[in-house]
Amino acid sequence: MTRFDLDDDSVVVIVGSGAGGGTLANELTQKGLKVVLLEAGKQQSTAAFVNDEWASFSQLAWLDKRTTSGSWQVAKDFPNLPAWVCKTVGGTTTHWAGASLRFQEHEFRARSTYGDVQGANLLDWPLTLAEMEPFYARAESKMGVTRTNGIPGLPGNNNFKVMYAGAQKLGYKECHTGRIAINSRPRDGRPSCLQLGFCFQGCKSGAKWSTLYTEIPKAEATGRLDLRPESHVLSIEHNGAGKITGVVYADAGGAHQRQKARVVAVAGNSIETPRLLLNSASSTFPDGLANSSGMVGRHYMRHMTGSVYAIFEKPVHMYRGTTMAGIVMDEARFEPSRGFAGGYEMETISLGLPFFAAFLKPGAWGADFTHFMDNYTQIAGMWLVGEDMPRDTNRVTLNADVKDQYGLPVANVHYDDHPNDIAMRGHAFAQGERLYRAVGATKTMRTPPYPSTHNLGTCRMSDDPKLGVVNKHGQTHDIANLFISDGSQFTTSAAENPTMTIVTLAIRQSQYIAEAISKQEV
Amino acid sequence: MPRTPSESTMTRGTMLQGTGVLMGTLAASSVLASLAPSRTWALPLHALSQAEGETILQFGRVLYPHKALPTAVYALLVKDLDAEAVRDAGVAALLREGSASLDAASGGKFVSASSAKRLAAVKHIEGTPYFSKVRSTCITSLYNNEMAFAHFGYQGPSWPKGGYLHRGFDDLTWLPKPPASASPPAAG
Ligand SMILES: Cc1cc2nc3c(=O)[nH]c(=O)nc-3n(C[C@H](O)[C@H](O)[C@H](O)COP(=O)(O)OP(=O)(O)OC[C@H]3O[C@@H](n4cnc5c(N)ncnc54)[C@H](O)[C@@H]3O)c2cc1C
Ligand code: SF4
Repeated sequence: MTRFDLDDDSVVVIVGSGAGGGTLANELTQKGLKVVLLEAGKQQSTAAFVNDEWASFSQLAWLDKRTTSGSWQVAKDFPNLPAWVCKTVGGTTTHWAGASLRFQEHEFRARSTYGDVQGANLLDWPLTLAEMEPFYARAESKMGVTRTNGIPGLPGNNNFKVMYAGAQKLGYKECHTGRIAINSRPRDGRPSCLQLGFCFQGCKSGAKWSTLYTEIPKAEATGRLDLRPESHVLSIEHNGAGKITGVVYADAGGAHQRQKARVVAVAGNSIETPRLLLNSASSTFPDGLANSSGMVGRHYMRHMTGSVYAIFEKPVHMYRGTTMAGIVMDEARFEPSRGFAGGYEMETISLGLPFFAAFLKPGAWGADFTHFMDNYTQIAGMWLVGEDMPRDTNRVTLNADVKDQYGLPVANVHYDDHPNDIAMRGHAFAQGERLYRAVGATKTMRTPPYPSTHNLGTCRMSDDPKLGVVNKHGQTHDIANLFISDGSQFTTSAAENPTMTIVTLAIRQSQYIAEAISKQEV
Repeated sequence: MPRTPSESTMTRGTMLQGTGVLMGTLAASSVLASLAPSRTWALPLHALSQAEGETILQFGRVLYPHKALPTAVYALLVKDLDAEAVRDAGVAALLREGSASLDAASGGKFVSASSAKRLAAVKHIEGTPYFSKVRSTCITSLYNNEMAFAHFGYQGPSWPKGGYLHRGFDDLTWLPKPPASASPPAAG
């Protein structure tokens, strides 16, 4: 196992080993750079994963305290669990479902396309789809995305069959088993999907891409990765010239360690990333690192979400097989005549009995609720996910009244749905219900948003240092050797699930970092 | 792990005030009869009294009324709350006072009130900390155990059985089969 010295100031330190951090670590070590990858969580394995929803949740999820505010329903239903994300080596790519879609061309130009939506702070990305395409292609190949690179789609399960039949009745044209980072054929040393139905609990077969058993071991094989699990970064430090010098982290025993660095890249997911920058405030940077614009923590996005579950007269057994088994893409287009800007995807979802009870309708009781539980085997389900509006008031801030186990202020996550989000959710719920009723649903349930699985935008990307935290390479405008490498960079959220775009940005960023280091620019 | 209240020995912690044992019998026809070590079950209580245990059990039935779900599953709610009350005196007090409030709201004994009166009593205390505690515990106690899995038809861990690839992931036949372009065949 490679170990670099705490005083080695030639290393790149990456905070967080999920989609962004794990990918960046692999890309940089392949290019010959030395990387210290600091991960707050423990290291698990496909063997250690469990086919048990609550047990898996306590094994992998981020359970450190957080608080919420705002009018979003999550604040009411899950006041201390604003987000469903992981704290483990591999980050949330252990729990994720694998849906991997490119953004659409116009989504990189949200401000130009949607116009000035009141109460939103839309911007165009400083990047275009054309610039992203070569890197998207590399991400698809790396992740083994079905329906790309000649990889066949996955076979549809029962839940998909219901979605497909309903989609035909509604005249939808684009419905299939999706583009998904789950092996439909053995590939890259990993087997094909066994249709276990526990994608959200860590894939025990390893068919699903996760940095835990793809990017990270590949990086380790170069001999240039020093992975340190149970290493929780508390602050990022700088010198008198305002240049980053390293990080301080708490090790497994709670002792503080100071790791020097040439470059620091933060990929803690969009709640912890801004929290770390804000908790690193100093006399030089009293408002937190890289925050001269005041934008750190603002424009928190979580996607418009919701689910529809429907009861049928005959069996479905939705829990068998891949969780996101298929997709309807027709509503993802830009079509303002529907009464909102942006679009949404409809993707199958299934929950095991324990999570179904917990998430179907939080707080509900009585006969309407038990009717759904009683018909558990005859239910089909879909998740609705669409572009939400960035708002400077939707925001991750430090909650000075609540401290974590290290005595640091926790993150407060504030979110108010924009009228556009509400209009889109209403449309999506109605379409989901129509789809299921068209094939015989006897009852449907509009399930409110789960804690945020997609967390975006809190260090947004813009060419203008007054409007954004990072440039088009994820480099902070204020500090040349400080990078953001996760979904915090997103300028807007687009309709698609975000992870493949996070991976794409990390691949692209790795080139820029390697060049900047070789040219002595950082 | 099957969480079946078994016919265990009825030892009670000497320093604890529990005074109750909840007992019942699974119907021979129940799918659960084969899961339980015995059809009869007994749940010794360690912090709650028998009356409190019975009140909470009936409260669970009003909150989540499943006609065919055996009492043995609802007893898990009492078991979990009793265990919490052993660890936390505040919870013990909450459950004690809360159960009394249900009696008061039903103008006598909650457990022997008519079903209409029970529902009214529960609605009366909706939103109280006691209500929230019992309701939220129901979600895990009632639906996260093997008896509930069997009852509701959820097949639980699939890894030990090789997943559903050869066990019905696509066995639905009451709708047309999607074309291969939308849903290609599995790897051969
Ligand atoms: C149930 C579920 C299903 C999902 N399905 C999909 C899907 O189908 N498609 C899709 O595109 N996306 C999906 N997602 C979202 C996807 O998982 C995330 O977008 C992605 O993992 C985010 O990558 P990241 O690198 O930003 O953060 P993460 O993957 O969350 O990794 C961040 C890591 O940083 C660590 N960390 C944080 N703070 C610190 C610190 N101070 N010090 C050290 N380490 C720290 C965390 O412990 C964590 O391991 C899903 C998510 C969930 C929960
Ligand atoms: S369904 Fe496929 S991807 Fe999901 S957990 Fe199972 S083997 Fe892994």
